[in-house]
Amino acid sequence: MNNEKVQNIDSNTACVNASEQQHPAWYNLKYAAVGIIFGIVFVKAEIISWFRIQEMFRLQSFHMFGVIGTAVFVGAISVFLIKKLKVKTIHGEEIKIADKEFNKGQIYGGLLFGFGWALTGACPGPLFAHIGAGFYAVLVVILSAVVGTWTYGYFKDKLPH
Amino acid sequence: MIEQIQQPWPWYVAGVLIGLIIPALLILGNKTFGISSNLRHVCAACFPANIPFFKYDWKKEIWNFFFVGGIFFGALLATQFLSSGAPIEVSPALQSELAKYGLNTYSSQLPPELFSFESLFTLRGFIIMVLGGFLVGFGTRYAGGCTSGHAIMGLSNLQWPSLVATICFMAGGFFMANIILPWILSL
Repeated sequence: MNNEKVQNIDSNTACVNASEQQHPAWYNLKYAAVGIIFGIVFVKAEIISWFRIQEMFRLQSFHMFGVIGTAVFVGAISVFLIKKLKVKTIHGEEIKIADKEFNKGQIYGGLLFGFGWALTGACPGPLFAHIGAGFYAVLVVILSAVVGTWTYGYFKDKLPH
Repeated sequence: MIEQIQQPWPWYVAGVLIGLIIPALLILGNKTFGISSNLRHVCAACFPANIPFFKYDWKKEIWNFFFVGGIFFGALLATQFLSSGAPIEVSPALQSELAKYGLNTYSSQLPPELFSFESLFTLRGFIIMVLGGFLVGFGTRYAGGCTSGHAIMGLSNLQWPSLVATICFMAGGFFMANIILPWILSL
């Protein structure tokens, strides 16, 4: 029931917990393991670099376009195969991916996030990697992003969607 | 082998590994890839303030905190044990542009002139870190996702709203980086 409630409120957001199963908390360590690989890639491929993001937005380097393009290519083939072959989770559950519904927030919010992306040189994932890489001042950026998220929640009903 | 790992990794290695996160999360437990939601879960957990948008069972989304916790540790491991410490290479065109604003330290992946606690007390540092962070948090939630949720997960699942969002991320970024940022950097 709770899950349904999340989905209702969450209909315009990206992340919906689709699993209905209950597991002990330590099961979540498997996601930490995936995160560790992601964090290593972030640092080693310089995706967390402010300079790489500036190069991307000035068309001075192919690097970030290559990273995102390849990730989408591999991701799309994976999703296609999962749907086609009806792959189940390791716990035997059917895999479900919620569709995204269009609203004008994707335009206005998208542009605003784009501004923030070019300023900070980071999307939310790299912000967490920055802390691990020792850029402690970025804690201020994360805190500010939490305040931004909260402000959106506060004004949500007054904003055009 | 270890020497190769210590070099910066090429885009195709990074792209394939990031792309594989999508099936990994789906197969491990039906989770869709997306990171900016964590900012919302933090609000829901710490200061929901009776706002409907933050009144949901955030504990159900706790897997995502483990995921970003992993990102933190992965970045720590990579920085401590898998890095050569060599200065990073930056395109000459960008270097000459940044030199105009007094940015010429390439010892790490963020320019220390902008991202430090001291820089917070300069006008440009404040705008870049505080306003920039605010826009990342506000914009991603307004758009319903970030680069991971829309550009990578959404596009992989052929969702056209995610394509709209991704185009707007890019348009906003191009506009800021080329038109507004030079002015901010010269403050």
